[in-house]
Amino acid sequence: MNAIEVDNLSKSYGKVDALKGVSFEVRKGELFGLIGPDGAGKTTLFRLLTTLLNPDSGSAKVEGCDIVKDYLSIRSRIGYMPGRFSLYSDLSVEENLNFFAAIFGVKIEESYDLVAPIYKHIEPFKNRKAGKLSGGMKQKLALSCALIHRPSVLFLDEPTTGVDAVSRSEFWDMLAGLKLKGITILVSTPYMDEANRCDRIALCNEGSILSIDTPEKIVQSFDSKLYGVKAKNMFALLESSRKFRGVVNCYPFGEWHHIVIDKDFDIEALKKENCLIEGFEIKSVDASIEDVFIKLMKK
Amino acid sequence: MNDIVISVKNLTKRFGNFTAVDNISFDVKRGEIFGFLGANGAGKTTAMRMLCGLSYPTSGSGSVAGFDVMHEGEMIKRHIGYMSQRFSLYNDLTVWENMRLFAGIYGMTKKDTEAKATELLTQLNFLSERDTLVGSLPLGWKQKLSFVIATIHSPEVVFLDEPTGGVDPITRRQFWELIYKAAESGTTIFVTTHYMDEAEYCSRVSIMVDGEVGALDTPTRLKQEYGVESMDEVFRILARKAKRGE
Repeated sequence: MNAIEVDNLSKSYGKVDALKGVSFEVRKGELFGLIGPDGAGKTTLFRLLTTLLNPDSGSAKVEGCDIVKDYLSIRSRIGYMPGRFSLYSDLSVEENLNFFAAIFGVKIEESYDLVAPIYKHIEPFKNRKAGKLSGGMKQKLALSCALIHRPSVLFLDEPTTGVDAVSRSEFWDMLAGLKLKGITILVSTPYMDEANRCDRIALCNEGSILSIDTPEKIVQSFDSKLYGVKAKNMFALLESSRKFRGVVNCYPFGEWHHIVIDKDFDIEALKKENCLIEGFEIKSVDASIEDVFIKLMKK
Repeated sequence: MNDIVISVKNLTKRFGNFTAVDNISFDVKRGEIFGFLGANGAGKTTAMRMLCGLSYPTSGSGSVAGFDVMHEGEMIKRHIGYMSQRFSLYNDLTVWENMRLFAGIYGMTKKDTEAKATELLTQLNFLSERDTLVGSLPLGWKQKLSFVIATIHSPEVVFLDEPTGGVDPITRRQFWELIYKAAESGTTIFVTTHYMDEAEYCSRVSIMVDGEVGALDTPTRLKQEYGVESMDEVFRILARKAKRGE
């Protein structure tokens, strides 16, 4: 059974094609990630699926309800955390939570088991105005408010953007907890390293989906050999490696540069050429989601 | 010319009884790529604002590009480059008009502007787009353009505040190549980022914890010191030491 079904969905803003015929399904209870940079169409997709916008063409269903015809029934079943903080800055933490509970006509107690693991981090500050919270606390409050009516599907638009690495992994731990409660989660992120926390992912760029699968299978789909090289002068190494025979692409990748090769590449020849370069090292590396993304973008 | 471009000693900033930046000291050398990391709330933004002449320290001393951080904020602003995480060029001006505008703000002559803007656009391979409206450029190009415009007045040091947030992986790397090139030609780079692979590209990295400099060294030595394989792990170890909430 699918919680979300998207069929050839398109949306333009004037001359800009934000979404160019996108199709995918999210199964019930799945944690599904939309991975891609700004301008990939992630936010537009969220606005369509949460019934805030109508598509130009194509169709989509959330929990079996059509996003155009059945928008009211969708709204009561989903939780949505937009990319921009959209709670009331001049209400306190507790007042915001009460407000959203009242809007959906529910009592906080009814969903407290769901909200508590997240809300307990900010409960000590429940009398503080939401506008005075730090970024990480705002994010937790927004997630608490999005859960207050026990939605069956949760839409999270870039919840970890601008958040440091440690707080980001804590946020993903919270999502793993919500998944265990049976909630379907569609989450977007520009951070490729977060892809591994999802059941399945769609790599998106410029309004299209480049690939959809489990993170493991996406990584396996990288079909060329990949090496990592490093030296004392990394910038010079980048330029020299690019000129080397059989090197299809060479790009910085943290401590190492990654080299994508074709059949003309001869590792011994590269080692020989670089044997006098200070600190030169080469090793075979496994592709990551980011390597796949770069390769798909080049196509 | 002095080879220390940023030098701060015991720099402190208090807001009421909250010490946002607590006694930090470090030097940044000419041509260094200095990574400035820290968890949310560790005091990075406050420290960076003081270094850019946007706020004065409560106590301490130091200089940026030859000017006193305690008294010469206005002079600092004129002599540094700054690129914010939010895109800050004018969408309804062309590439060339944006360059003229920012060069004019920094008091460059028409002749110097012409020469420098042409040089920068040639380097970027972007001269053919000089009359294109910035608003119609792809995001990656806007980002690269923001960077070269932040250096149009040839500042000794350029501050980059999360320059690659939300940028695609190819553009992110092209952006870092621009940084490498600028550093090689002697521009000092002071950069913040949440991408830990980018920390590896820096000459040295400082990691702030609870308003203090928790660690400062080359990525290689930091990894050795903490006995880990990546800057991501170094960051995690330090960020978990933090006691104060965000």
